[in-house]
Amino acid sequence: MAKIVTSKKSCTVNSLKMSQPIGGALAFMGLRNAMPLLHGSQGCTSFGLVLFVRHFREAIPLQTTAMSEVATVLGGFDNVEQAIVNIAGRTKPDIIGICSTGVTEIKGDDVEGYIKQIRARHPELDNLALVYVSTPDFKDAFEDGWSKTVAKIVDELVKEPPADMARNSWQVNVLPGSHLTPGDIDELREIFAAFDLEPTFLPDISGSLDGHVPDEFTPTTHGGVSVGEVASMGRAAATIAIGEQMRAAAEAMERKAGVPYVVFDRLTGLAANDEFMAHLSRISGRPVPAKYRRQRSQLVDAMLDGHFFFGGKTIAIGAEPDLLFTLSSFLTEMGCTVAAAVTTTTSPVLARVPAEEVLIGDLEDFEARAAGCDLLLTHSHGRQAAERLGIPLYRVGLPMFDRLGAAHQVSVGYRGTRDLIFQIGNVFMAQGHEPHPDDWRPGHDHSVHGHAPATAH
Amino acid sequence: MTTLANKIQEVFNEPACGKNQAKSEKERKKGCTKQLQPGGAAGGCAFDGAKIALQPLTDVAHLVHGPIACEGNSWDNRGAKSSGSRLYRTSFTTDMNETDIVFGGEKRLFKSIKEVIDKYDPPAVFVYQTCVPAMIGDDVGAVCKAAAEKFGKPVIPVISPGFVGPKNLGNKLAGEALLDHVIGTEEPEYTTPYDINIIGEYNLAGELWQVKPLLDELGIRVLSCISGDGRYHEVASSHRARVAMMCCSTAMINIARKMEERYGIPFFEGSFYGVGDMSDSLRQIARLLIQRGAPDELMERTEALIAREEAKAWASLKAYMPRLAGKKVLLITGGVKSWSVVSALQEVGIEIVGTSIKKSTKEDKERIKEIMGNDAHMIDDLPPRQMYKMLKDAKADIMLSGGRTQFVALKAKMPWLDINQERHYAYAGYAGMVALVNEIDKALSNPVWQQVRRPAPWTETTWEARADAANALEAAQLAESQGPDAERRARRICNCRNVNAGAIEDTVRAHALTTVAQVTERIGAGGGCGGCSERISDILARSSPLPAGAERASQAA
Repeated sequence: MAKIVTSKKSCTVNSLKMSQPIGGALAFMGLRNAMPLLHGSQGCTSFGLVLFVRHFREAIPLQTTAMSEVATVLGGFDNVEQAIVNIAGRTKPDIIGICSTGVTEIKGDDVEGYIKQIRARHPELDNLALVYVSTPDFKDAFEDGWSKTVAKIVDELVKEPPADMARNSWQVNVLPGSHLTPGDIDELREIFAAFDLEPTFLPDISGSLDGHVPDEFTPTTHGGVSVGEVASMGRAAATIAIGEQMRAAAEAMERKAGVPYVVFDRLTGLAANDEFMAHLSRISGRPVPAKYRRQRSQLVDAMLDGHFFFGGKTIAIGAEPDLLFTLSSFLTEMGCTVAAAVTTTTSPVLARVPAEEVLIGDLEDFEARAAGCDLLLTHSHGRQAAERLGIPLYRVGLPMFDRLGAAHQVSVGYRGTRDLIFQIGNVFMAQGHEPHPDDWRPGHDHSVHGHAPATAH
Repeated sequence: MTTLANKIQEVFNEPACGKNQAKSEKERKKGCTKQLQPGGAAGGCAFDGAKIALQPLTDVAHLVHGPIACEGNSWDNRGAKSSGSRLYRTSFTTDMNETDIVFGGEKRLFKSIKEVIDKYDPPAVFVYQTCVPAMIGDDVGAVCKAAAEKFGKPVIPVISPGFVGPKNLGNKLAGEALLDHVIGTEEPEYTTPYDINIIGEYNLAGELWQVKPLLDELGIRVLSCISGDGRYHEVASSHRARVAMMCCSTAMINIARKMEERYGIPFFEGSFYGVGDMSDSLRQIARLLIQRGAPDELMERTEALIAREEAKAWASLKAYMPRLAGKKVLLITGGVKSWSVVSALQEVGIEIVGTSIKKSTKEDKERIKEIMGNDAHMIDDLPPRQMYKMLKDAKADIMLSGGRTQFVALKAKMPWLDINQERHYAYAGYAGMVALVNEIDKALSNPVWQQVRRPAPWTETTWEARADAANALEAAQLAESQGPDAERRARRICNCRNVNAGAIEDTVRAHALTTVAQVTERIGAGGGCGGCSERISDILARSSPLPAGAERASQAA
């Protein structure tokens, strides 16, 4: 449907994109007692760390191999070894997840080879899982880093079940994309439980980054899915992947352990959730619980109440592919027109975005295309564009550093969709145009009295 | 790369730095950069440092040459404010891709500079080198030169790729870029005998504006602030100032010192934090201006203004004193400016715990900085239970620290205030001091603390009680496993080489050591950044006096 074009500029202005190593690091943060480690200079880690701290308002476990100029040129074996030994000694993690960066990729550090040597030299680390993902900064984007990392975790940590094993029909693997919040995952966990299904989320940032006060916490992640739980995911009866970015991980799971999978490209919207509920009902053999029948009815009512405010509105969305697809599809279903769709990286899902064109570009492109729209949807960096354009901004995705509760913004399921209608609908309502005596006078220019002052969400 | 290597040697060898001059020739060569520990390091890189130092220049375009990580993950995240142009908040990066890596990124950089100039027409473009183009050998200096000639605009190379060192080094390399390419390249429209430069002030949260009205009133003109709320033309013509104040001791000392050498601009190191320090700084500015030819009457007016402002500040602070006197603050930070907050808090009767400093002399301040600088890294990943113990042992009411430790403090349900870079409130000048005290009061008096410390109805013991029990158990186990000297074994003296007090004491006694250098030779302590040499001296001083024979023997050996 949509034509996909790439910005022809040499200079990226006001980046929408973030780098893939930190997408990978975030995925590792969904494992319990984990320490993500970026193989690069200390700045690679510190920028990512600050970004996540500001978004989640939580202490973030993220370490660095602290490559100096000399170490980079000579190769980073010593730094990787020292980093692993130091982290293992100081924080006793169950897993260290290593992502490469631009500098170490250019040198061509063979980290897989390093890990083999380190294994041979340090038998005391036998119980520590080490997973390495290649994530050069000069390729792809945040979402790709997350996607590759989850696929790699599946490849390395999921155990092949014995051939004659009877699968646990209630055990389901859930692979959430990077656009799902800890709140989304909690919501999904409840839904699965209502069908008497036992989901294993990989990654599960709902335990580690949901903003709670832990009784006892460690310098590593203090929640998430354990290495042992990941190993036994091969015994599950089914895999559900959420977002096109998770297809690779779902395929890896099928290859490795023979678990059949379904990819749901989104879980926001009435039809999408109907399909999801029907699927859960099918794999669990249980009818849709009364609670969700009621929630569906509430969503339908919210759509009826809300459509007055959504219909005919033009919107601009700047987000990573799966989030862009989710929001543009849902808002189109509510009667909006997507006038500008800007994203960070390629994905098969982009062709299905309900817009004439999807641009792989930056927030300068976004700002140019968003002029005249009723609403902007992008991450917190859209605030400058919103101010200049005088158009309200509804913050979505990561980073969200100038609002509270980023981790608990829920937009999946019937209830999440219902609440999203209320939140965005309220922004539209706040923009309500007050009539002016001259509004209908011939020759009157509507733009003069325009809209109420822009109140950024 | 050799020029960059030379540059780094040059900034390490800083004659205006007392600490540096106290080092031996060999030590000095090693530079003041701490050896980073893989898997145990924290903090930004040299590129980050360069960006922090220069981004506050508001009207120039800051173009980052590198892959998306360097700029895409970090842009628009600092609180430097502008009174004019907002171009500095627009993010520019070459976002290098695989093709650039293979064929070199120079062409993309050149085109990017052109696009920036065509679209935004800034007075200058600052181009930041990062690790990836440094690795593949992009000659950023040459591209900048060619672009400057082609487009008739200053294009300033900032050569500070992340992997050459930490933030602090980047601050200085940014200073070198200004010295090499900007300062002295333009002339001011006019000059006055009251022109000053302020160096190392970034106008975070608008702090410069808390001070500027006072300078305006005295007729003192800030010819250039490097770099807070700065404009290109001001920095380019800053060499015509009469005197300079250097705000942040370590960050840009090279600018202050070299401008003194090149243009004869005398400078002093001062601070805008705290009533006393603020007054001292105003006096120093007046004194130096008078030395350089301003009329003597400036001092009278300055003293009158100081008297008026101090009286006003004290009157405002007085309201807080009954509420805050005797409150204890645990101040933990590696932040470069925050040490000057100490004297400020003491002025309103707040007690600083964790140091034994009563009255802040200049040497004491150096000491606080030393202590804070080293402890800051230690608490970065302190579990809340131990944080709670630390606060309890110190009997502290509130903790002041940098952003990284925020959540550790909050999860221990302890009032906390940000005094580092990312903070949202301005604490400079007389007004800022009142604001800081107001913030502390707000934090302490907030009713949430009592509520969040309430145990949940289903828990029989409180979190605090459990933490106390766990801490007591841990201490008992430690004592059992390591014997009576566990405590001194646990007290780390040299962070770089990871040497504890017990080990140093034993070595000093066993080998009858008398100097820090001997200690370093024996067990490495003091061989990293050298920051612990004072504490090693203390141990040497504390160790029981040796029999004369032993001393001779050690010297003979």
